[in-house]
Amino acid sequence: MENKRIGGHYSHRYDSELEEVVNRVLAMGGLVETQLTNALQAFMEGDTQVAQEVSENDARVNSFEVSIDERCVEILARRQPAAMDLRLIVAVIKTITDLERIGDLADAIARMAIRQAEGDRPRKQLFRDIETMGNRVITMLRDALDAFARMDAAAAVRVVRQDFAIDSDHEAILRQNVTFMMEDSRNIGRMLDITYAARALERVGDHARNMCEYTIYLVKGRDVRHIDLKEMEAIVEGSTSEEK
Amino acid sequence: MASENPMSQRNPAATSMSASLFEGSNRTIRSLADEDIAISVENLDLYYGDTQALKGITMQIPKQRVTAFIGPSGCGKSTLLRCFNRMNDLVDSCRIEGAINLHGANIYDRRTDVAELRRQVGMVFQKPNPFPKTIYENVAYGLRLQGVKNKRVLDEVVERSIKAVGLWEEVKDRLQSNAFGLSGGQQQRLVIARAIAIEPEVILLDEPTSALDPISTAKIEELIEELKEKYTILIVTHNMQQAARVSDYTAYMYLGEMVEYADTMHLFTNPREKATEDYITGRYG
Repeated sequence: MENKRIGGHYSHRYDSELEEVVNRVLAMGGLVETQLTNALQAFMEGDTQVAQEVSENDARVNSFEVSIDERCVEILARRQPAAMDLRLIVAVIKTITDLERIGDLADAIARMAIRQAEGDRPRKQLFRDIETMGNRVITMLRDALDAFARMDAAAAVRVVRQDFAIDSDHEAILRQNVTFMMEDSRNIGRMLDITYAARALERVGDHARNMCEYTIYLVKGRDVRHIDLKEMEAIVEGSTSEEK
Repeated sequence: MASENPMSQRNPAATSMSASLFEGSNRTIRSLADEDIAISVENLDLYYGDTQALKGITMQIPKQRVTAFIGPSGCGKSTLLRCFNRMNDLVDSCRIEGAINLHGANIYDRRTDVAELRRQVGMVFQKPNPFPKTIYENVAYGLRLQGVKNKRVLDEVVERSIKAVGLWEEVKDRLQSNAFGLSGGQQQRLVIARAIAIEPEVILLDEPTSALDPISTAKIEELIEELKEKYTILIVTHNMQQAARVSDYTAYMYLGEMVEYADTMHLFTNPREKATEDYITGRYG
């Protein structure tokens, strides 16, 4: 990846060190996205083999996190990065923590698929809402990674917006599940699994939102955590009175 | 993008791969045990008259790597660097015990040809010291000294050496001008070109950028990165950050002793010795 924002140091080696870190984050992101996609598929279709693979692959996600952290520490120690470069390293260190957590959530969903396969399968219909929510979450994760790759703060804000739809999906599934459970107590076990999967997906959305906030910090140099979307948009558009 | 169903796209390649530890990581902590050794120093003591300036230095210097020496003024790092091509021979009161082995032979052996040693082990100093000659003659000097007269060979080596230090575009139209007309940073790169023209194996750099501005410094550092592909490089620097940036291994010296010598990444992130930590973090020991 040729990234103009990263390149241009007198030291080409420094350019390539930063580029390598970014590429590795994207590779890790791609792996996590695949993990989540496969975990959901396994969960919905009761495919224990895919679920098993997801579970085994979690070690790869973890090792990505460790090795990227190691590279970042090396760059901090050797290069004493400043300004944009410093923010990049900080953003990367935080981004991969969220990615690793998403990996753990995918693993948890996969394990649930394995456990669940032992009993009888719930009706396919019950999974429809989870599938819709899952698609939304995966799209959000992919767009968050894309905004990071392009270092595009405006795109990052648009991704943050997607989280609202996910939160309302989550609430809808919860309400529906409570109804099913009240209808027939034999449903409770299965519905709890689905509730848990929905909860995991909702958490993935939050992690993707965090990643977008780091991208905005990286590009704009402003910390946009714990503020509402309006303010975030104002900062990204540069029309805020707090502008330095 | 939202219209397609991401859940239906399973990537079999990504899941069938076996889980390996630290995937794709190019390991960053090196170990001397895995390196080819260019020079080994054995129990080296150096005295200036009655004062002992180096105390029992023992170290292995890896081939085609950058080894940095750091430490406060007077710790003996420049003295040690000068031992590698016997520059200390020029100091009257200097006495050396112990050995420095290059290709398995002690360079302090009586039979060592010092001129040949200095061809193998080139040196660049703090202040650029071009000769009062043309740019061309500065680089060709070493070869002429060796008796090379063929113009084609000289032209070729001069061009190759000046290109290697990234100076060619800047000076190709004025090779016959006096080298003193170059800026400090250019002069320093010219001096490095002069050093590599005679194909040394080892290059000693004694604070090569302390007289240069930040941009010239960055160019020299970038050059060091390139030169280590072919040469073994030893650098003394007052600038710890420079050691962190350019070197593969770092030695921390204090009062003539080698306090710690380790992989640079390791030394700067997790030094073994408290004294090293105090020095690199700017604390009182």
